[in-house]
Amino acid sequence: MTPSPYPKSTRWLVVAPALFLLVFLAIPTAVIVQRGASVDAFADIIANNGFRKVAWFTLWQTTLSTVLTVACALPVTFILARFSFFGKRLLLALITAPFLLPTVVVGTALFALLPDRMHYTASAIIAAHIFFNVAVVVRLVMPRWSQIDPELIHAAHTLGASTARTFRTITFPLVRPALGFASTAVALFCFTSFGAVRILGGPAYSTLETEIYVRSVQLGDLNGAIAVGIIQAIFLIGVLYAMTKFGRHHTSPLTVNIQAPKPTGSGQKVAVAGIAAVAGFLALLPLLAVTWKSTSGWSQVLSSDTMRSLAVSARFAITASIIATTLGTMIALAIAYKTTSSRLLETITSLPLMISAVTVGLGILITFDQIPFEFRSTWWITPVAHSLIAIPLVVRTVLPVAQAIPQDLRDAAATLGSGAKDQWMRIDLPLLRRCLATACALSAAVSLGEFGATSFLTRQTYETLPVSIARLLSRPGDTQHAKAFALSTLFFVFSIGAVYIAETVRATRTKTH
Amino acid sequence: MKKIVAVTLSMLLFTACSGSSDEGSSSSDGPVTLTLLAHDSFTPSESIFDAFTAETGITVNVVRSGDAGELVSKAALTAGNPEGDVLWGVDNTLLSRALDADMFESYQTPNLAFMNESLMRNIPGHEVTPVDTGDVCINYDIAWFTDNNIAPPMSLEALVSSTYANLLVVPSAITSSPGLAFFLATVAEFGEDGWQDYWKSLRENGVLVVDGWTQAYSTEFSGSSGKGDRPIVVSYSSSPAAEVLFADPPTDVAPTGVAPLTCFEQIEYAGILRGTKHKAEAQLLIDYLTGTTFQSDLPLTQFVFPVHADAVVPESFTRYISRPERALTIEYNVIAENRAAWLDEWSTIVFK
Repeated sequence: MTPSPYPKSTRWLVVAPALFLLVFLAIPTAVIVQRGASVDAFADIIANNGFRKVAWFTLWQTTLSTVLTVACALPVTFILARFSFFGKRLLLALITAPFLLPTVVVGTALFALLPDRMHYTASAIIAAHIFFNVAVVVRLVMPRWSQIDPELIHAAHTLGASTARTFRTITFPLVRPALGFASTAVALFCFTSFGAVRILGGPAYSTLETEIYVRSVQLGDLNGAIAVGIIQAIFLIGVLYAMTKFGRHHTSPLTVNIQAPKPTGSGQKVAVAGIAAVAGFLALLPLLAVTWKSTSGWSQVLSSDTMRSLAVSARFAITASIIATTLGTMIALAIAYKTTSSRLLETITSLPLMISAVTVGLGILITFDQIPFEFRSTWWITPVAHSLIAIPLVVRTVLPVAQAIPQDLRDAAATLGSGAKDQWMRIDLPLLRRCLATACALSAAVSLGEFGATSFLTRQTYETLPVSIARLLSRPGDTQHAKAFALSTLFFVFSIGAVYIAETVRATRTKTH
Repeated sequence: MKKIVAVTLSMLLFTACSGSSDEGSSSSDGPVTLTLLAHDSFTPSESIFDAFTAETGITVNVVRSGDAGELVSKAALTAGNPEGDVLWGVDNTLLSRALDADMFESYQTPNLAFMNESLMRNIPGHEVTPVDTGDVCINYDIAWFTDNNIAPPMSLEALVSSTYANLLVVPSAITSSPGLAFFLATVAEFGEDGWQDYWKSLRENGVLVVDGWTQAYSTEFSGSSGKGDRPIVVSYSSSPAAEVLFADPPTDVAPTGVAPLTCFEQIEYAGILRGTKHKAEAQLLIDYLTGTTFQSDLPLTQFVFPVHADAVVPESFTRYISRPERALTIEYNVIAENRAAWLDEWSTIVFK
């Protein structure tokens, strides 16, 4: 174990994030559990046949969705990480955009795309999960994969290793931590999937998360809901523990900021072009479906309430992104600089992933209801709830890169007389910049697309775009729906544009360093 | 111009009156803002509360959150320390939950005198006030039945006949309030011991149960925007009017019809939330919500019927709507006692 590179200044890094998670996550959860937990309800739930069916479905759809998502994502990640080609940024934006979209939009779009016999089936749910989560794998694995020194691969080839062998012995071990985490994240998203299951599965398919919602909100059975929530948390702790073990990073210093080469040779060119075309086409299909349905809605799209929701969505996304990136990075650095027990920190970080979002939403509602802590009517409580979901993602995005910063560089700087602050500014920060941008984009995405449990906290005065769309879709009449689809199209374009701009900014920044 | 003068005059008069009667009210300092909690389908005309503000000096801040079930669950959780002052949109299928949670303050608005007696039967304690009514009914796609030369179903009994196999789509009774209303209609029609067999037959006849009304009506139903492939759906008695008003291109022929014998009566209520700091002002708001100005706004903005006898219901609304002469209904206390057990049994019959 190497000593911390910055023992003095980083000791307090962990305080702010820990306090934040305590106040907005741990306390509300404790309050709602205290209000709703009962032994009888537990016994009832476990004995309930319907519940067992729900639990079994949750498990198998999670496993299948995760495996298929990773399988679909790997080829795209490969070309995006290893090559530079025409339209790369656009492809990245197209693939990442689904993650920003509200489930209500994707659900309806997939509905239009999938043949009738696939409606209300497990396959529809799994297809939606793949569509959403390919972005997660690409985003989390690509930064790592693109940092692998091409010399290593050249060397392997020169020594006679086949492509498959090179992948197995060099690439795979190096991307394994990132891939391990990405799969964890995907598994967690699928396990706790809410909107996609509600829309595409129909009432016959239910996951533990939708069961919590249905019980607490629709049936008014808080005791039953809390019992399911506790059982879900136990499941998730198990999944997380297994995955963290599998993904323990034994990182070796990586070279950073490598310029990806253009594909060479006709085989490579065809492979890259083929993968890019197929991936881009599949990512575009739902956009086309939504656009096609929106034709008559455009005249009404620029109404004042639409603009208002757009502004609200943007404000929430920016706020949530700032909170999550700041606090998440602090946690990641605290772990990387070994100031506190990293096992403990990683556990704390995973908390938001283990606790059902519906539970947290209900908890916040009944916890912060007294002056001076009457936060339920403030606008910022929603982005705070969004940032809770995003923090674990930020930590895992920043952590591998922070851990891979070579200590030699700092030592060299120290020898040359540079102080701790100077070292951090000149070595760590520039190397972290790229993944910080990714973290920002990811957390903004979580906030923009969030249409699950935290929409429970959203009040109409602060109606976000996904909530507007859902409201329009729930009213009868062609024009209302066309307007909803027009808004969705706008959402799609807005999301793709945001990612594209972020990528462009990042690329120019990288070049200047 | 005359109208404006009249309105201004009446406003001045009202302000003068309320100015004098306001002295005894709880808040003497500054203008009051009331928070009105409502479900997502609460969509009155944009400036509907301007007249109220002009009359009373009270501003109304509308906060919508989720569907009716979500609204009631949140209010029940925060009973006694509410998020707002007045709640709009608990209906007779959810009423038992709201009353059990003891979330309302009793109040009798003078407008009760203009309402039909029968609307008050569920609420002898006046915890809530009726604000509108509607009906959840079987709707059908007229063109589909004409093209296929089949008569549309006119009763609940007809839906289990093989003529209508695989044609019906309904929202789930667990996750949707019209779904619950339709389920209760079947209980009212076939009795507490008869609905189980009816639903078994419906299932054998290929009923499609989806999550919510939106999916049923807008995606699976053939008569609306989704152009799905099921021509029979559970919706409202006012849905044909909505189809005409929002038609693109415009039309004056309703594309859908309603089977009047299949309707379940829905009554919506508003109530003053227990724990409000503005009780006197909240009472004024209840008066306004049940007054003719607001009540006359309801039909074309929210596709429900007013409860105030003098409210104006425009012809463009009534032309496309036939209200059932006698809607099916179940008393709320019967719903309260059996809801959980019924729904458990129902989901076993329909999904397992």
